Amino acid sequence: MSNLTLTINQQDYQFDNLDSRTTLLDVCRHHLQITGPKKGCDHGQCGACTMLVNGRRINACLALAVMYDGDEITTIEGIGMPDSLSDLQQAFKDHDAFQCGYCTPGQICSATALIDEIKQNWPSYVTTDLQQPDGLLLQEIAERMSGNLCRCSAYPNIINAIHQVLSEQLSEQSSTIHTASNLTDSAYITGIWSPPPSETQLGKQSVNTPSINSENKGARS
Amino acid sequence: MKRFEYIRALEPQQAVMFATPTDASFIAGGTNLLDLMKFEIETPIKLVDINRLELESIEITADGGLRIGTLVTNSDLAAHPTVIANYPVLSRAILAGATGQLRNKATTGGNLLQRTRCYYFYQPDSPCNKRKPGSGCPAINGENRLLAILGISDSCIAQHPSDMAVAMRLLDATVETLKTDGSTRQIALKDFYCLPKDTPHIETVLETGELITHVTLPAPIKGMHTYDKVRDRASYAFAVVSCAAVIDVDDSGKLTTVRLAFGGIGTQPWRDENVEAILTGTDGNDDVITAAADLLLKEAKGNGQNDFKIPLTRRLLKQVIQRALASRSLASKGA
Repeated sequence: MSNLTLTINQQDYQFDNLDSRTTLLDVCRHHLQITGPKKGCDHGQCGACTMLVNGRRINACLALAVMYDGDEITTIEGIGMPDSLSDLQQAFKDHDAFQCGYCTPGQICSATALIDEIKQNWPSYVTTDLQQPDGLLLQEIAERMSGNLCRCSAYPNIINAIHQVLSEQLSEQSSTIHTASNLTDSAYITGIWSPPPSETQLGKQSVNTPSINSENKGARS
Repeated sequence: MKRFEYIRALEPQQAVMFATPTDASFIAGGTNLLDLMKFEIETPIKLVDINRLELESIEITADGGLRIGTLVTNSDLAAHPTVIANYPVLSRAILAGATGQLRNKATTGGNLLQRTRCYYFYQPDSPCNKRKPGSGCPAINGENRLLAILGISDSCIAQHPSDMAVAMRLLDATVETLKTDGSTRQIALKDFYCLPKDTPHIETVLETGELITHVTLPAPIKGMHTYDKVRDRASYAFAVVSCAAVIDVDDSGKLTTVRLAFGGIGTQPWRDENVEAILTGTDGNDDVITAAADLLLKEAKGNGQNDFKIPLTRRLLKQVIQRALASRSLASKGA
C-alpha cells in the first residue's frame, strides 16, 4: 500500500509500498529500529509486543500496519526514556519487577493502559460487583495482566509495582471513581453481583474500600 | 503468511462488493484471522478491512433490547453500562475470554465467527476435515481432551471456542447481515451455526461475501445472570465446560425462569430449551436436576480423553441451579 503514514510516539513515519503483511510489531522493530516492543510468540499469547493504539493496549504482532494509519501509536519508548521514566517504569525498578527484562516493555505498556481501564471503571472477570470494580485488589490486577507472561515469574513484584502506582493515581482522583450507575432497569437482574452476594454484602451494599486485599474476595478460579 | 491484496472499505455496501470472490475475507479486529494467516490455515487473496465502517455503536431498540454494531469491541461491550445492568451474563462471558489486549481488538461479529481451537485444525501438516475437507479427523482417536461431546459427527469433533457466543445464544440474539446483492437479513443465533455433519468446513449459514452488521438482543430477562467457566488455568484459557445462565426463583422456592447455555462441550454454543422446560416450574430438587442433565447429555459422546466432560457438565449444571436456589433464599432472608 502506498503512502502510508504511521504516527508512532508522536512522530510521523511515511512508507511507500509497505508489504501489506507487515505487522505493527515488525514495522517498529525491523523498519524503524524501535526495538522496545519484543517479539515473543508472534501469536498474541505472550504480550511482549504490547503497545498502545489511541491509548488502548493491543498485541502488535496481531495487527497489520496498513490498518493503523491515522492512529496514535505508543511504544515503551513513548512512555518514558531512561532520563524521563514514567511512574510505572520507576515503580518496576523500585519493586524489582523483572529479571531478564524481555517482557518488561510489554508489561509496562499493558499496565499503563490497565490503569486507565480501572479509572474508567471497566470490570474484569474477577470483579464481584460489575458496577463498582475494586481495581486495587491484587486478584484484579493479576487477572487484568494475564495477557502478559513473564517466564522469570516476577509476577508478585509486577503486581506490587502496578498496585503502588494505581493507588497513588486513584487517591488523586478519588472523587471521580466508584460512581455507581443509576440505571433503574437492573432492579430485577441480580447477576451484576457474582458470585451471589453474601449476607454481609446484602446488609452493606456497595461497600468499597480500596486496600491491599489478598484474600479471595469473590474471585473464582 | 501468503500475499494478499489489502482493501479498505468505507461503506458496508462497498465491503460486500469487494468481498464477492470466494477467497476474500473481511478483517475487523483480526486477532483470530491474522493468527490463522500466519500458519497459512487461512489464505485469503483479498483482505477487506471493515474497521472504517460506522458499525460501532450500541443502541437501545424500540422493544427495550439492544442493537450492537458488529465493530463494537469485546472490551466496550463488556464495560457498557446497559450491558452490565441488563445483560450481566454477557459482560461476564466476554470477560471470561482472552486477555485485555485481545478484547480491545476483538469485535462482536468477529467473535461469533472465531474458529475452533482443535489442535489438528491448527496444525497445517495434519489431516483435518474442517481445514481440508475429506482428509480425515485424527482428533477422534487422538488428542481430544478439550474437544466437543455434543453435536459431533464422524467427520469432526471440534468445539466452538467462544464464551461470548454462549451468552448471546442464551439471550436469543439475532444476527443482522448485509448480502452482496444489497439485501439484508436477520438470522436467529440458534439458526446461525451449522452442525459439522459431513461438511465441517461449513460453520455458519453466511453466504460468500455476506457481512454481519449488527447483533441484536431482545429485552432483558429478569433473574440471576451467571457465567461459570471451568478451565485449565484461572485466566486466559479456553473453556473445558462453561455455563451461561439466567435463573429466577419465586418466594416459594420455585424456578420460574431457567435458561442455560453451555460452552466448551458443543460444536456450536449449546442450548437445549427442553432441558430448561424440565426445570422450569419445579423446586429444582436432585431428581429434577438429574433428569435435566440426562436429557442435556442424552446424545453426548466422549472420545476417550474428553469423556470426563460428561460428568463435569452434570456437576456444573447442578451447581448453577443449586446456587441460584440458595442465593434466592439468602436474598429473601437478607431483604
